[in-house]
Amino acid sequence: MNGKHMSVFDVAGRAMSAQLVRLNATASNLANAGGIAGSKATAFQSIRPVFKTVSDRDGVATVTIDRVIAAGPQPSKRHEPEHPLADANGDVWQAGVDTAAEIVDMLEAARQYQNNVQVLQTAKTLALDTLRLGQ
Amino acid sequence: MSGFVDQLFGVHGQALALRSQRLALLASNIANAGTPGYKARDIDFSSALARAEQGMSAEKAVSDSLAYRVPMQPSLDGNTVELATEQTIFAENAVQYRTSLSFLSGRINTLMTALRGE
Repeated sequence: MNGKHMSVFDVAGRAMSAQLVRLNATASNLANAGGIAGSKATAFQSIRPVFKTVSDRDGVATVTIDRVIAAGPQPSKRHEPEHPLADANGDVWQAGVDTAAEIVDMLEAARQYQNNVQVLQTAKTLALDTLRLGQ
Repeated sequence: MSGFVDQLFGVHGQALALRSQRLALLASNIANAGTPGYKARDIDFSSALARAEQGMSAEKAVSDSLAYRVPMQPSLDGNTVELATEQTIFAENAVQYRTSLSFLSGRINTLMTALRGE
């Protein structure tokens, strides 16, 4: 923040970016739900960002993405010898995605994103009102 | 100069500065609603205002009055942000900021009327 303190706009703006990464991860997980692969290593597994607090001065802190980890259930094996991707044993691997959990995560990310938008709007209105002070 | 401004705006100038700092604090809590291990913080406004009235800077008064919020129901990941609580206090603080603003604009209008002598 070029040596200056973080403003409300920085706090809420960076939190929105973090929530957007989470929403993208959820979208990618849901898009890959039901995907089939020929081995466990190539099968898709859910990804999830890990949030981390970024502290500024006392008490003021925003959030960033620390790293993205593989989370959720392991890819599951299914016996399907007719499948074109089946391995020597006639097994295929289904993507490890818990669809219900992903949708819950999506709703939560959307709600928290909205909360930050609300914070931004309130801060903007107050700042503009302050600028108009005395006019 | 600051003595003159203090006389002119009274407690409202300091209140506005503190309200704006508190806005950033509450925004931080809302921003970290999903961060594991984050502890929500807030200030005791009246003690911060008392400190500011004794001549402390707004930032120092805020950092001296900081405290951790006690959650109604602690969550398993160690996060103590309760969105309903934070949003209520955020809205309350925004209204109080606006109240300080209207007090200030009242002072300015009074002064302008006196200056114009209309």
